[in-house]
Amino acid sequence: MEKILMRGNEAVAEAAVRAGCRLYFGYPITPQNEISEYLSFRLPQVGGVFLQAESEVAAIHMVYGAAATGARVMTSSSGPGVSLMQEGLSCLAAAELPCVVVNMSRGGPGVGNIQPAQSDYFQAVKGGGHGDYRLIVLAPSTVQELVDLTYRAFYLADKYRNPVEILGDGMLGQMMEPVTFREPEFPPLPPKDWAIRGKGSGPRKWVVCLDLDPKGLEALNLKLQRKYRLLEEQETDYDTFGDPEPEILLVGFGTVGRILKSVVREGKKEGLKLALFRPITLFPFPKAALFEKAKGVKGILVVEMNLGQMLEDVELVVRGKVPVFFLGHTGGVIPTVSEILEYVHGLLKEEIRV
Amino acid sequence: MKVVFERPKTLLEKPFTYCPGCHHGLAQRLIAEVIEELGIADRTIGVGPIGCSVYIYEFIDVDFVVGAHGRAPAIATGIKRSLPDRVVFSYQGDGDIAAIGTAEIIHVANRGELITSFFVNNAVFGMTGGQMAPTTLLGQKTKTTPLGRDPQVHGFPFRLGECLSVLEGSAYIARVALTRPQFIRQAKECIRKAFLTQMEGKGFSLIEILSPCPTNWGMSPKEAVDWLEEKMIPYFPLGELKVKGCNSRETP
Repeated sequence: MEKILMRGNEAVAEAAVRAGCRLYFGYPITPQNEISEYLSFRLPQVGGVFLQAESEVAAIHMVYGAAATGARVMTSSSGPGVSLMQEGLSCLAAAELPCVVVNMSRGGPGVGNIQPAQSDYFQAVKGGGHGDYRLIVLAPSTVQELVDLTYRAFYLADKYRNPVEILGDGMLGQMMEPVTFREPEFPPLPPKDWAIRGKGSGPRKWVVCLDLDPKGLEALNLKLQRKYRLLEEQETDYDTFGDPEPEILLVGFGTVGRILKSVVREGKKEGLKLALFRPITLFPFPKAALFEKAKGVKGILVVEMNLGQMLEDVELVVRGKVPVFFLGHTGGVIPTVSEILEYVHGLLKEEIRV
Repeated sequence: MKVVFERPKTLLEKPFTYCPGCHHGLAQRLIAEVIEELGIADRTIGVGPIGCSVYIYEFIDVDFVVGAHGRAPAIATGIKRSLPDRVVFSYQGDGDIAAIGTAEIIHVANRGELITSFFVNNAVFGMTGGQMAPTTLLGQKTKTTPLGRDPQVHGFPFRLGECLSVLEGSAYIARVALTRPQFIRQAKECIRKAFLTQMEGKGFSLIEILSPCPTNWGMSPKEAVDWLEEKMIPYFPLGELKVKGCNSRETP
């Protein structure tokens, strides 16, 4: 299959079109503008709709409206823009509307900067907006994986009637790598008989994100929780790499995952027994797999481009049975292979005690 | 015997949940009548607000979507762009459309989005219990302006219809009241024109409907109707503010 050299932002846009996305609403923000720019010419070629909204708030509610009609729809943003979308994401989750949101995250908090960071993990994984809800969160580490996960994002959104966030970062969005567009074969999806398309000759329908009756609202919440448990049972995904019986297990997602792969390779040359555990689904978090992988290791080192967010989920999984250490940079500073290796050497020298 | 008056089929049989003297019920009945007369109920999609009329989807027999506070115009945009051959309308109160959702309504109008917005102006936040709205009149007492609205502190009552009528994308904007049979007949005609403006692809249309809120104004329904006519109409004059893309107030 033909390999094309593409920038991450353009690759995710092309993959979305190939996955059947026909509407995109977005507002410019660095470092993800190439997504909008690409779709502004690409979507009209396939009879789709590109619309630049007046704000991220408007964009996510345009997504809400289009999703309610049963169409495949996407938006993208970064940091502050995704913060503005949280109101709409809470509504999409409550109304059980499928859509895909790409966050090419940047340094925060506040306006922060436009350099790559992973400090939106809490926002993406823990809910972000108000209420008891979850997004499905996918974390690609290469441009090829960004393409593959974009197809999967649209499939999972439709299958579970839930918004999906692809959590990349500015580095992944801006880097160029060769990619192939392998159309995956997913099992057939149920018809969208809930979609709002005008009642025609049938009974009328409605999509809302409210229920003023306490019992009704609790029932909706319990239904959502059942869906999230089903996701944990069926859709967790992760990647492992390195020594089958590591002394130190390195855990990182997205861009950090690829840095940690180099750490494992370089460490092997220096006689270190290291392995990488890289969650691909951040929600549902691959708890059971990480718990298994953590058995027998001397310690876990979590590396993130934030100051310790996924760290909390790793600690929850191992529940104190294995010591967990953390190395993080934020604000656009990217951890280097050499400093991580130095940290690992330090851990082993100190003879980690449980 | 000839039937001269009956409930339109597009208005469901469920009793309205509005307070006595509120005009939401009248407004929704008129919208339902026009939808029925135009024969578009099967391809019309409504977008509801947050506020007293959040349950509009229980009263009008068309498909509905309800989202967050003030975002109905953006939601309507998403629906219309996805299904351009459907008739899409939004229905919002003054807090929803002229405060929290100001950005959305202005840009929907400016894009000339082919939707119709209904804006119920009762000069107060209704569902939250009578706080100041952007349309609250000067001197009007509300829960958050206990001494009356003071322009030095709270600014001025917002004339949204006039504001939108200067935008190139808006094609038909009218302000109506429902306090007299004559006004009701005029309002229905305006509602019909607004839907036709959308269906003929001319641009964005909006009908501002002045409504009493006896509960939050602390008046009887009769006093509220009188207050609306004496106080609101002079500040929010009735009539067509813009017709077919030309501003009737500025163009000779």
